[in-house]
Amino acid sequence: MATFRIKRYNPEKQPEPYYEDFDLDIPKGATLLDCINLIKWTKDGSLSYRMSCRSAICGSCGMKANGHALLACQRQADSLLDKDGTVTIEPLGNMKPIKDLVVDFKPFWDKVNKVQPYLQTSAEAPVGKERTQSPEQFRLIDDTSTCIMCGNCYSDCNTLEVDDNFLGPAALAKAQRFVCDSRDEKTLERVTELSKPGGIWDCTHCAECVERCPKPAQPFHRIKEIMTVALEEGVHNNNGARHALSFTRSVKASGRLNENQLPVESMGYFNIKGLLELVPVGLRMLLKGKIPPIFHKSIDDVKDVKRIYKELNQ
Amino acid sequence: MKFALFTGCVAHGATRELMVSTKLAAQALGIEFVEMKSAACCGAGVVSEKSPLLADTLNARTIALAEAQGLDLVTICSTCQGQLKKTECHINGDEEYKKKINHLLSDGGHQYDGRKSRIKHFANILASEEGMRRLKERVVRPLKGLKCAAFYGCYVLRPSELSEFDDPDNPTALEDIFTALGATPVDYPSRTKCCGFPIVMMNKKASLEMAGNALLDAVESGADCVVTGCPLCHLNLDSYQPEIDKLLKKKYAIPILHLPQLVALALGHTPKELEMDKHIVSTTKVNRILASH
Ligand code: SF4
Ligand code: SF4
Ligand code: SF4
Ligand code: SF4
Ligand code: FES
Repeated sequence: MATFRIKRYNPEKQPEPYYEDFDLDIPKGATLLDCINLIKWTKDGSLSYRMSCRSAICGSCGMKANGHALLACQRQADSLLDKDGTVTIEPLGNMKPIKDLVVDFKPFWDKVNKVQPYLQTSAEAPVGKERTQSPEQFRLIDDTSTCIMCGNCYSDCNTLEVDDNFLGPAALAKAQRFVCDSRDEKTLERVTELSKPGGIWDCTHCAECVERCPKPAQPFHRIKEIMTVALEEGVHNNNGARHALSFTRSVKASGRLNENQLPVESMGYFNIKGLLELVPVGLRMLLKGKIPPIFHKSIDDVKDVKRIYKELNQ
Repeated sequence: MKFALFTGCVAHGATRELMVSTKLAAQALGIEFVEMKSAACCGAGVVSEKSPLLADTLNARTIALAEAQGLDLVTICSTCQGQLKKTECHINGDEEYKKKINHLLSDGGHQYDGRKSRIKHFANILASEEGMRRLKERVVRPLKGLKCAAFYGCYVLRPSELSEFDDPDNPTALEDIFTALGATPVDYPSRTKCCGFPIVMMNKKASLEMAGNALLDAVESGADCVVTGCPLCHLNLDSYQPEIDKLLKKKYAIPILHLPQLVALALGHTPKELEMDKHIVSTTKVNRILASH
């Protein structure tokens, strides 16, 4: 006998969410979704959740099990039980619950729309055939095109937990789909927009989106691909780009990071407000003797590092 | 036990106390660390924003250096650990890519093999069977009564496909070490979260709020201190704690320890020797608890 501890919520009846335990014998090989269906059909018909395909294709059954987003139809219920035979089921995070496990996806879709998820080109459509790509060109967008918009990444994104303004992993992955599309002509405009606050440089590298993504879309990797394009396209006038460039230069110069230079260069030498913000933490560290040596020391054999940079034209 | 030590940059800069305590902890455990003085920075996932190939080449060079020494490589930073593992995974299993990288390395006299050296975080070594045996054998001051909240640092955990550190959702390496030292591990949901450090220059408010939420979670779970295996987490959680307090209108004052500091404390070293007075948040609370047991 397993216990499904489900977070219930019905604002029409009770303003606060609560947990309800359902005991169930898990049929052999049953997925989490199979079990939730059984609970709905045999124990409480009012339990609300989304589902459709039951085979990890439609992206509707995203929910949290033991605190992490997954597709209920993709995981065996057995594998989710803790040592007491319990699994805790909650709605996806970072979105407002509507009822039980159903959340409001509106902000999610708004953000996907914001990245203009469609091909933009002035080229005439070829008559009688598609706009084709070579296999190499397609490979660059193959992974993102597998996204099923389940919202698992959005649910567990660490930046979104503290900043609603962040576009979030799914929308940014979708943006990569067009930034790296050989047929799209708006690359520069796209990466310029994506480099603004709320875009790529607000991603905190937590990789929760990669961990939770049921497909090869894996947004964090896609976000880094956009960053590389943004830097190549010369969109450098923001802290994220300055940070990446300063960091890379520093390793070229000495083989290691120059911690004194990096914050200043990230803010930009003319960004007085940003530079002033660095003062309190800098002073505190100075007083504790934590400021890195002023005369930055190189690694041994920094020559070889410079050689590699040169060979790669960096 | 002998390893090639990849120190990373921050252990020589803003968190020198990490370097000091790592050496003392290793010594006390009879572990020999040979510092890799010609290894380049791991790139912290930032150089790869500019050029993934550059980051992989530099990290492959580092791994090749350890391979040439005939030693497994040890890191003392979750971020370094994550980056080196990522490079290893990118190259192993892609012969074409490996050839390309080795071609770039060959003029410097390096050769990446990919099977000769394993890449481990210091925590992995301590949590191994042999590490645990030595810890239990050599603890002279059990950390009785000290409630420790582990903060892993995301790069060792995720993407788990690349990091191969521990169970990404339920890691136990740090808690196992705490227990072996006589301390009490505190369970709290934020232990596997991000501290926000990577965006402190881009979106400071969000970054510090992330760090603050994790600290609050640790405090509310009854922790006396947070212990991390990542000097970058340490920077955000310790050096920025006064600003976090201001932003969230709180007064946490929760000490943040580097894992090797905690280990060396139990092995008999004094807070002074471990340069715990270098921290921004006072660690006297830890000393007091240890003295009272
Ligand atoms: S890696 Fe970036 S986008 Fe992905 S979950 Fe973390 S913060 Fe969000
Ligand atoms: S990127 Fe992955 S996790 Fe995010 S919505 Fe698409 S399929 Fe779901
Ligand atoms: S994490 Fe930082 S400091 Fe550590 S080596 Fe890697 S880049 Fe350099
Ligand atoms: S928690 Fe923060 S500093 Fe630490 S590894 Fe993650 S991103 Fe890095
Ligand atoms: S029901 Fe369609 S993805 Fe689970």
